Amino acid sequence: MTTFDKLWANGAFRFGAVVLGLVLLMALLAPVLGTVDPAQMDYNNINRSAGFAGNFTLTDGSSVAHHFWLGSDNFGRDLFSRVVYGARVSLVVAACTAAVALLIGVLVGMLAGYFRGADLLLMRFMDGLMAIPAILLAIALVAALGASITTVVIAIAIPEIPRVSRLVRSLVLTLREEPFVEAARALATPTPVILLRHILPNAMAPLLVQGTFVAASAVLTEAILSFLGLGLPANIPTWGNIMAEGRTQFSQYPGNVLYPALFLVPTVLAFNLLGDGLRDVLDPKFAKR
Amino acid sequence: MTTLHIEQLSVALPTGADRAHAVSGLSLSIEPGQTLCIVGESGSGKSVMATTVMGLLPKELHATQGRVLLNGESLLDASPQRLRDLRGKAMGMVFQEPMTALNPVMTCGEQIDELLREHTDWPREQRTQEIRRVLERVHIKDPERIMRSHPHQLSGGQRQRVVIAMAVILKPTLLICDEPTTALDVTTQKEILSLIAELQREQGSAVLFITHDMGVVADIANEVLVMHQGLCVESGPRDEVLLRPKADYTRMLLKAVPSMTPPPARPSPGGEPRLRATAVGKTYHSRDWMGRQHDTVALQHASLSLLGGETVGIVGESGSGKSTFARCLIRLIDPSDGQIHWGQDEVGQRPESQLRPLRHRVQVVFQDPNRSLNPRRTVGQSIVEGAMNFGASASQAQALAEQLIEQVRLPVESLKRYPSQFSGGQRQRIAIARALACKPEVLVADEAVSALDVSVQAQILELLRDIQRELGLGLLFITHDLRVAAQLCDRVIVMQHGQIVEQGFTSSLYAQPQHAYTQHLLACAPGGLAHVTH
Repeated sequence: MTTFDKLWANGAFRFGAVVLGLVLLMALLAPVLGTVDPAQMDYNNINRSAGFAGNFTLTDGSSVAHHFWLGSDNFGRDLFSRVVYGARVSLVVAACTAAVALLIGVLVGMLAGYFRGADLLLMRFMDGLMAIPAILLAIALVAALGASITTVVIAIAIPEIPRVSRLVRSLVLTLREEPFVEAARALATPTPVILLRHILPNAMAPLLVQGTFVAASAVLTEAILSFLGLGLPANIPTWGNIMAEGRTQFSQYPGNVLYPALFLVPTVLAFNLLGDGLRDVLDPKFAKR
Repeated sequence: MTTLHIEQLSVALPTGADRAHAVSGLSLSIEPGQTLCIVGESGSGKSVMATTVMGLLPKELHATQGRVLLNGESLLDASPQRLRDLRGKAMGMVFQEPMTALNPVMTCGEQIDELLREHTDWPREQRTQEIRRVLERVHIKDPERIMRSHPHQLSGGQRQRVVIAMAVILKPTLLICDEPTTALDVTTQKEILSLIAELQREQGSAVLFITHDMGVVADIANEVLVMHQGLCVESGPRDEVLLRPKADYTRMLLKAVPSMTPPPARPSPGGEPRLRATAVGKTYHSRDWMGRQHDTVALQHASLSLLGGETVGIVGESGSGKSTFARCLIRLIDPSDGQIHWGQDEVGQRPESQLRPLRHRVQVVFQDPNRSLNPRRTVGQSIVEGAMNFGASASQAQALAEQLIEQVRLPVESLKRYPSQFSGGQRQRIAIARALACKPEVLVADEAVSALDVSVQAQILELLRDIQRELGLGLLFITHDLRVAAQLCDRVIVMQHGQIVEQGFTSSLYAQPQHAYTQHLLACAPGGLAHVTH
């Protein structure tokens, strides 16, 4: 049985993979899913209810027949288009944040785990970073740097780095005492090669799991930042800022908040379940049970 | 009445395992006061048999046929509740690893007390008294202190005594011992074995003793049952099986046990020493929370010199400093003082960058075959690494790897496979090939055969001898097993408490040990077999 077969046999992994696959497909195929420009406002179609069929005025003034599957918001923007395009931002933020946090976390963790001197300096800095609440740190960073996808990714990734580097450090501390690493030292293998060839590949499984959790929390944090008005500007639709804008009319038109949430919740759940499944299968401590 | 009677017992393995049954068609019986030794190599099904009797089989395994009767009562049909009652009361179990058999967050006293609370309605005072009495019976000197201690505060021998105390406190009619001395030093092993025998005499229990060590069998068994691949290969009274074995497998097992009598000495190869250590020491410093420094001396004033083509053994018990010495010599740890020469070059204090160009001279093979190879790299990648670090091209290294893998008697196709696809003995061959790839002058084997079954151990020792003959390597062999050292080494160094207490040519050292500790070690080695087989 290959590793993938084992993963596929795990229900949590299967659910997570299928849901994420569907969200990814939706994000990629956004232009052909019956959507219009998500930023385009049409004053003839303000606060339409879900399922309304009518005409939508495009940027150039021409009008097309359009089905408002999820209705429209108080600026006459098509909610369905905004949610579908919003998935793109959420996935990009999730993937980039996980990549950045893992990359820097792995670097810091490997240095701290392998070199005693670096350990003291780097880990005390990481401890300091960890003492600041993640969401507050992200808010401060976005407020200081201004809102764009890059700054949002950086702001969400930085608070995750200490968690990743602590994990990597502990893995490296165990792995560096393994006989195969000592054998590599006896074979005169240079230290950077030992780290990349012998230590990193053996730390990959828990890292992958951690990556999915970082991604899940990135989707949520991005939504929170947008909801607080600190995220991306309204012309770039994200699930968070759609909800933020819908908040004002929540009592009359709850759909503006609920429909993006219907996508946000399963996506975060899917990331977490994917991680759980990966951990159950790849982590030898869980595999035995 | 027969204490334990097993009839045609079969235990099925889950589908996809290497065979259908862990145990198949096994029958045995033990009378009160008798000791039955089950001998077999790893994977023979001997531990599965014991856990079946205890009713502790893992979920994936289940008994498919046969009967297990304890004092006439069938155990396979017993309810979980009934089995719980019987465990501890009618049957006690002693496990291999006393550290994991005890709960690390409970004191030893509480753990024994838990057993008594479960099985008796004695008041607190009577229980405490009983615990004190049983600890005295297992020869624990200071029962009050041990009762208050957590397992990590005790030595391995003391922990195993506590486990034994728990197993015998309710005077069970059957005592199951699953490799109870394998994790212990020889001197402790000797004490534990005589303790088990003594308790057995006192309360007349039947003992089911599982071991892989023929020496232990010769010391304690009344009856012997040899298992191989889940089948009973041979059974009978001890002397019958050990002296006149009928099955080929039993004969092979007995033949693979190294003798305590060293072979005739080889002529000294002469020449310059390849590895030389002068007054090497290693001290670990630590600071407590007040900032006061504490020194732990792991190694003191250790010297040796090793010629090409010569085998020197370092023997000693755990904590004797033999591994620290070896790791200083390979420069995996930095010695605190003394000098180490690889050939002509002093390397004791060299920084890693200046050491690297010389590293090919001294190579190492470790104990644990499961951990000594990177699981994410193919065997070929592991073997070529050393050669390529010293400037071989990819094609040269590949050719060398093919030659080496044949030298350690594995097929060339092995190079493309991953370590998990090999057995322990095969992995140890691969580790030897990897060490040979950078053409060393000295090979350090740190307990390299200790984790292997005797038959595999014999093959690896043979391989090491052949390779030494072909390449003229100096071989430094670290072991706790005096029998292996006797067979392989030209000279032996005995270590205790971080110091060399005695050294000399193997034959003279074994014949006339001078130091009291060496004499004690040699006396404790499980013997009896020496006169039996040789």
